[in-house]
Amino acid sequence: MGKKTPEINSSSTADMAFLLLCFFMMTTTMDQDKGLQRRLPPMPDPNQKAEDQKVNRRNIIVVKINSADRLFAGTEPMDVSLLKDKIKEFLSNPANDPNLPEREEKEIEGFGPCMVSKGVISLQNDRGTSYQAYIAVQNELVKAVNELRDEFAIANFGQVYIKCDEDQQKIVREAVPQNISEAEPKDVSKK
Amino acid sequence: MSKFKNKEKRSVPQPPSGSLSDIVFMLLFFFMVTTTMRETESKVQVRLPEASEIAKLERKDLTSYINIGTPIRSLQGQYGNDSRIQLNDSFKTVDEIRDFIAAERDAMSEADRSFMTVAIKADENTRMGIVTDVKQELRKCSALKIMYTARKGE
Repeated sequence: MGKKTPEINSSSTADMAFLLLCFFMMTTTMDQDKGLQRRLPPMPDPNQKAEDQKVNRRNIIVVKINSADRLFAGTEPMDVSLLKDKIKEFLSNPANDPNLPEREEKEIEGFGPCMVSKGVISLQNDRGTSYQAYIAVQNELVKAVNELRDEFAIANFGQVYIKCDEDQQKIVREAVPQNISEAEPKDVSKK
Repeated sequence: MSKFKNKEKRSVPQPPSGSLSDIVFMLLFFFMVTTTMRETESKVQVRLPEASEIAKLERKDLTSYINIGTPIRSLQGQYGNDSRIQLNDSFKTVDEIRDFIAAERDAMSEADRSFMTVAIKADENTRMGIVTDVKQELRKCSALKIMYTARKGE
């Protein structure tokens, strides 16, 4: 029988672990980046002739923000809080108003024919517009589209968009497209 | 009287501390796994704008960051307090975005390149002029997936 191996004093392991723990807790960044996702339009080919995309006037709504962060939707000045309803009306066109965008019957895979709005929102801003105002407007536009998608999803699948499965979400996305065009930059103020 | 005497004699039993280190190690591993070291030091002040309809960023490893804002106070003497663009660790001009995007793209695997996202972290008081320039530059180098970073509001 050899000597009894002395037990290692383990009371300090907790202290060491605490020290490491504190280090990692201080350096950790738990913040997840969140934001509004967008797709920029591809750069037009310089060799190609600048071909004006003919979009019917009724199908387009121009949302402008000038350098004083004032908002214009169509032609009239508007408060940001009212923009959402305006856009919703524009995109859904419930009364088939001839001044609002036309709707086209489209065959959606796995769903069938559906009336899809051809409306396009064109967002223009000035160089002097503040980023905050720009994001606020972008946010309202996304909110309008999201609410329309929710309405569509509830009417057809009985649940909100986010709870639908992948295929259903795809159908909803096709039925309610998010057509926000960020036009070529131009000075809105000079006009 | 005897009641009180009795109480004083009894010592409070020490709680077993043997499992304490296990608990702490568990926490330690949690933080070690979830931690992501800050790679770049922020040189611009960014207070993100508020938005309510925000979506989470899916792949953090496929994201490049462009910070736009006024330089932090200690650097204002050197760089002034105009809005500047920060890429990686230094201030850059709009023209240098192209190289930055190319470098970021090269660092990714072939299959992931199409999913590359550029997150624009701009201060809420930034003028749109500089943001528009950045956007135009991104379009030119066809980095079309962008995200305006925002914080949850309302």
